[in-house]
Amino acid sequence: MSVIVNQLCKSFGPQLAVDHISFQTGKGEILGFLGPNGAGKTTTMKMICGFLKPSSGDIRVGGYSVLEDPVATKSMIGYLPENNPLYKEMYVKELLWFFGKLCRVPSLQSRIDELIQMTGLENDYKKTIGSLSKGYRQRVGLCQALLHDPQVLILDEPTSGLDPNQLVEIRQLIRSIGAQKTLIFSSHIMQEVQALCNRVIIINKGKIVADESIQQLLHKSSHQRLLYVAFGVDVDENNLKKLTYVSNLEKTGQRSYKLWCHPDGDPREELFQLASRNQWSILELREEKTNIEAVFNLLTKSENHVGTV
Amino acid sequence: MWVLFKREISTFFNSLIGYMVIGSFVILLGLILWVFPDFSILYSNYASMDQLFALAPMVFLFLIPAITMRMFSEEMQAGTLELLITKPIRETAIVTAKYLASLTLCLIAMCPTLLYYYSIYQLGSPKGNIDAGSVFGSYIGLILLAAGFCAIGIFTSTLSKNQIVSFLLSVALSFLFYYGFYFTSKLPIFFGKSDDLVQMFGMEYHYMALSRGLLELRNIVYFLSLSGFFLYLTFESIKSRRF
Repeated sequence: MSVIVNQLCKSFGPQLAVDHISFQTGKGEILGFLGPNGAGKTTTMKMICGFLKPSSGDIRVGGYSVLEDPVATKSMIGYLPENNPLYKEMYVKELLWFFGKLCRVPSLQSRIDELIQMTGLENDYKKTIGSLSKGYRQRVGLCQALLHDPQVLILDEPTSGLDPNQLVEIRQLIRSIGAQKTLIFSSHIMQEVQALCNRVIIINKGKIVADESIQQLLHKSSHQRLLYVAFGVDVDENNLKKLTYVSNLEKTGQRSYKLWCHPDGDPREELFQLASRNQWSILELREEKTNIEAVFNLLTKSENHVGTV
Repeated sequence: MWVLFKREISTFFNSLIGYMVIGSFVILLGLILWVFPDFSILYSNYASMDQLFALAPMVFLFLIPAITMRMFSEEMQAGTLELLITKPIRETAIVTAKYLASLTLCLIAMCPTLLYYYSIYQLGSPKGNIDAGSVFGSYIGLILLAAGFCAIGIFTSTLSKNQIVSFLLSVALSFLFYYGFYFTSKLPIFFGKSDDLVQMFGMEYHYMALSRGLLELRNIVYFLSLSGFFLYLTFESIKSRRF
């Protein structure tokens, strides 16, 4: 089932939370939504689920427009909101029965049994939601999202606040579900995205800053040279930016910088000469290993720092 | 929709607040109508239920907001409204289910007062000397009044995540629509026939007309359109997603 997002915008008052986002995804793809807090991940997901109305733009799920045919698209989407809200006073079984009836699930009892087995809730389905631990509550949330066998699954930070064992289990569950469905999930944990997704969309300040497969992103990170340099005195950042091969600059401390460089050149010698010309003492200069996390940092953080230079 | 309706009813009776609300309603009315001398039916020497129907709106003014306050506020606070809205059901169905559930709960709370009718029927002299038609009309009036108050309560419940704020707003708005117009009409700027016109906007005018046992279409239409108006506002409030 395809999800097509086209020029999606959402503003809250004067603030533009989502700014002309477009992407497509289809069956069998696990799409990771990555971004710092407040980047617009949750807002975008809420709009796909039909909870928030877009300010402009269009979302199509399985060919139906979310705006024109909300009931049709909602029946194709399973949604696990952030913080996993559930009726705490209800029993697990009662809750699943309620949502199942609400979604008109055929042969509900067998479907509930199937899901309870799949998520490992056999020993807990007679408890109230309020008495479950966070990990088990998350499983109930997943059950709830999967009840009507939706073709599209949207999970908003499904692994936040889980202990390492639960993390592994939930990830396995997500991976096994994702093979037959269209799955969009958000996270701010890099390793998780690397472990689960085929494709990553990185959002920052409401805009898509990267939309690539994991391989491409890793490739990109290995094709960047990252230098860390610390000076003993205040330096002129503009001069640093003018160095050949330096593509981007990030201020990490009072007098320390990360320099992103083209892979085919080495600016270290030029940097040393610049420093000696200006009598800047270099306290530290080292080449750092780039990884997907560093790419994320570059894409979502450097912008502000470069902007202030 | 009926699944949602059933859940609302069962949640109400699964919580302490449900029994407290209905219990206090029954105890309060029982005490006032049978024990305390000022409004007591036994002391009035007439086999009539007028006292009940005069007092009921005052009690409803607090009882109904207590029932409706949690309907949307609680779900907004817990975030479960997000789940409900993203399920393949219409928003109108959510509003209607919650409205009908609160109205049904009011009717359940009112049921014990049918015993009063039986008691007065037995106590009348001669036995059965009670104006059944008037009582019937008054009950219809009371149900319509509950329908109006419930619609107001459901609407104010969508305005705040805080149940207490919803409760207070609901009491204030219900009071305004029940007594507000009557009191306003007593201002000296309304004279001649104009004060009557102002009173017609309020629920009190129409409820009193129904209480006399006269089932006039215009009074019934008033309550139905008032409820419809507030349900429409509720729907719009949910649609705007200000929570």
